[in-house]
Amino acid sequence: MNSKTADRIATGVFITIAIIIISILVGLFYYILVNGLKHVSLDFLTSPSSNVRAGGGIRDQLFNSFYILLLTMLIAVPLGIGGGIYMAEYAKPGKVTDIIRSCIEVLASLPSIVIGMFGLLMFVNLTGWGYTILGGALALTVFNLPVIVRVSEDAIRSVPRDLKEASLALGITRWHTIKTVILPSAFPSILTGAILASGRVFGEAAALLFTAGLSTPRLDYANWNPFSDTSPLNIFRPAETLAVHIWSVNTQGLIPDVEEVSNGAAAVLVLSVLIFNLLARWIGSMIHKKITATK
Amino acid sequence: MKNMKKFGLGMTLSALMVITAACGGGASKDNSAGTDKTPKTAETKELSGSLVVSGSSAMQPLVAAAAEEFMAENPKVDIQVNAGGSGTGLSQVAEGSVQIGNSDVFAEEKEGIPADKLVDHKVAVVGMTAAVNPKVGIKDIKKEDLIKVFTGKITNWKELGGKDQKIVLVNRPDSSGTRAVFNKFALDGATPAEGITEDSSNTVKKIINETDGAIGYLAFSYFTDDSVTPLSIDGVEPTDENVQSGKFPVWAYQHSYTKGEATDLAKEFLDYMMSDDIQNTLLKDQGYLPVTKMKVERDAKGNQKDI
Amino acid sequence: MEKLIPAKERLLKSNKKWMDGELRGKILVILCAVIMISVTISITIFLGSKGLQSFIHNGVSLIEFITSKHWNPTNQASPQYGALPFILGSFAVTFAAALVAAPLGIGGAIFMTEIAPSWGKKILQPVIELLVGIPSVVYGFIGLTVLVPFIREHVGGLGFSLLAGTIVLAIMILPTVTTIATDAMSSLPKNLREGSYALGATRWQTIRKVLIPAAMPNLLTAIVLGMARAFGEALAVQMVIGNVRDIPSNILDASATLTTIITLNMGHTTYGSVENNTLWSMGLILLIMSFAFILLIRYLSSRRKM
Repeated sequence: MNSKTADRIATGVFITIAIIIISILVGLFYYILVNGLKHVSLDFLTSPSSNVRAGGGIRDQLFNSFYILLLTMLIAVPLGIGGGIYMAEYAKPGKVTDIIRSCIEVLASLPSIVIGMFGLLMFVNLTGWGYTILGGALALTVFNLPVIVRVSEDAIRSVPRDLKEASLALGITRWHTIKTVILPSAFPSILTGAILASGRVFGEAAALLFTAGLSTPRLDYANWNPFSDTSPLNIFRPAETLAVHIWSVNTQGLIPDVEEVSNGAAAVLVLSVLIFNLLARWIGSMIHKKITATK
Repeated sequence: MKNMKKFGLGMTLSALMVITAACGGGASKDNSAGTDKTPKTAETKELSGSLVVSGSSAMQPLVAAAAEEFMAENPKVDIQVNAGGSGTGLSQVAEGSVQIGNSDVFAEEKEGIPADKLVDHKVAVVGMTAAVNPKVGIKDIKKEDLIKVFTGKITNWKELGGKDQKIVLVNRPDSSGTRAVFNKFALDGATPAEGITEDSSNTVKKIINETDGAIGYLAFSYFTDDSVTPLSIDGVEPTDENVQSGKFPVWAYQHSYTKGEATDLAKEFLDYMMSDDIQNTLLKDQGYLPVTKMKVERDAKGNQKDI
Repeated sequence: MEKLIPAKERLLKSNKKWMDGELRGKILVILCAVIMISVTISITIFLGSKGLQSFIHNGVSLIEFITSKHWNPTNQASPQYGALPFILGSFAVTFAAALVAAPLGIGGAIFMTEIAPSWGKKILQPVIELLVGIPSVVYGFIGLTVLVPFIREHVGGLGFSLLAGTIVLAIMILPTVTTIATDAMSSLPKNLREGSYALGATRWQTIRKVLIPAAMPNLLTAIVLGMARAFGEALAVQMVIGNVRDIPSNILDASATLTTIITLNMGHTTYGSVENNTLWSMGLILLIMSFAFILLIRYLSSRRKM
């Protein structure tokens, strides 16, 4: 076989591989959306789920997913940005920095079920809270923190040096420079990264099984008092998220319409992630345009 | 009166509340003929407070539905029913983090639980039996054959007069209550051979239906259509009546455990669970058998005797 | 410009408090770093002590745990705690998934960097990013409703099998492998390629003889990272693998992994019982394995520097 033919064959193989990957995605999305969207209706989205009878919706699960995501981000983003600033600006090369970097690496590679088990020990048993939204959010923070740290470290490092040096040359202290010069210009990349990470948090289930639980108490959406037991805003109540719901109806559920509910829930889940993705791109490109236009 | 004192100690609310709580408990017991119709005047009957229930995922829908109705009658009461598994429920009630722990097995059967400190409230009965793929062609099985099938000594249905089809076992996880009950009363304690292991009754039913030669076990409530065939054991049909009379051996209690005697709201709620209202309607809806109708009873060791 | 003006104003306004702010900022930032270290350490300590309890406290033999293939914790008379089938099952699906995902992922990366750098990347990049976004339970659910029946009818066996687990995991780790492999390929110096072409080599020869060997350590890193993810994946695998405690004899046999046994039994067992503690020991194995994967990646990246 001469080398030209081999070359052509190889090119063909690579193109086939690319086509396989694309068709996997198209197939998955087609399946999820075609099978799922026909079960998604306003009623499905706004009625509570049922444990035994057919025809339940996903209202509470949907709310729980977003609420846990919000709480997670409220905790993880400041912590992560702090960590990122430390790594990019304060850390001196040496043992301590190495250790922190290893820690980030370890946290990033931990299986989510291990984080869930840690959450069970720490936020459920040790604190005595039981299954709570807060416990779930904290477990997800552990899961999400390394991503945010990495994103913000990269973003801060990619801020042009002259910006920072100009500020320092003006006699402005380091923290002040970070706060007023570096963070604002790193902000777009951090935001994009955080939104992309949200998608991952939104679909996470294993870490929540043992921390936020498999059930949702009766919720009264008119009750906005975060300390009341029936209030959806209460952070000390158990909460089943959308992803956990899909798992639990398929593996432990009693309802007869498992397929309909999980198809619908899967479509909602994937669409939400898709929206996060598009949002991140859109914000990223918009801010990019704004910045480049002003220069 | 003793009871009332006990209540008083634990309560931070007013003495009035305490009295009404005690009266409420007494009333529903006296009227076991099923009349909760006496209008609940707010002053004498109103209960309030909150209750956390945890445990068996299979029981969660039942208890949650009962809690729903209880809360509708007592609007100031809030009851949370969490799922998480029987083990979780027992652990949590034993350490006092929830007031009621649901379990589908006796606490004595679970290791690491101070069973003597927990008080058992048997709230429902569930009957279960082996189920096979309809194409197998068997409706009745001798117990000894059933044991042989599940321990892997019989591997083809034709040995039992069915179709020439390899037997496929569908199991439950080691720690599952359903598995424990089935092993104990249908297999006489034999350890089943390996097979696909699924936790959900729906999935088990689906697999049995889709797989030729499959056998598993399900609660009676899942035999609603012909997609799987329930087996009679030793000629005894798996019916509610046969379970109630003690003829059909494979059944289990659904337990609600409290740490020490049930007090206050927990007692109210458990009494409510035992009321005819719940036992005769809600339980039936969800495929359980009322515990009040049982003609036999069973202790933690599995000894059965007539009532 | 808009951005800089308020910044300047803020700079002038808060003149006095600079020094306080400096210290506070530093403490704040260091605190974040400390939290990260302490979280990592506490995870290790908590899971370590809890996972060792079954050996120390309950007297389960460590040797039996990792070498015996008999798992029967509920047998009251003589419980057996051999987790070998699950350990093997975890490794089996992980390696099998890597075997499927590695050629696809690296092939995709080469397609994006070498074959069609302009339009190929524009199409494939978003595709990969969307694949990352599909939650693992959705993969599991589709595996359960599409893949399992398909295997049962067209390939054989029960459907619930190592094969089903492998395919689901391979698709799940594909984006990880592809992304890192793409980075590896595109960071290769341009002159490698040009030198090879100048010598008259075809594109395939260049890829095979020059580019892949040069990027090898990074490509391996990509595969190892993918494997790390596959090893720890729980829910998607549990839904399709069948959860059988026997050691599988072929790819169509149902099997079980460490993660599936943990998720199946955690809720049913009581906290503190031997059975529950052995589940934590399995969690500890997962933790140790993720350390092992990191060490492997470290080793690979040190080779890269040489």
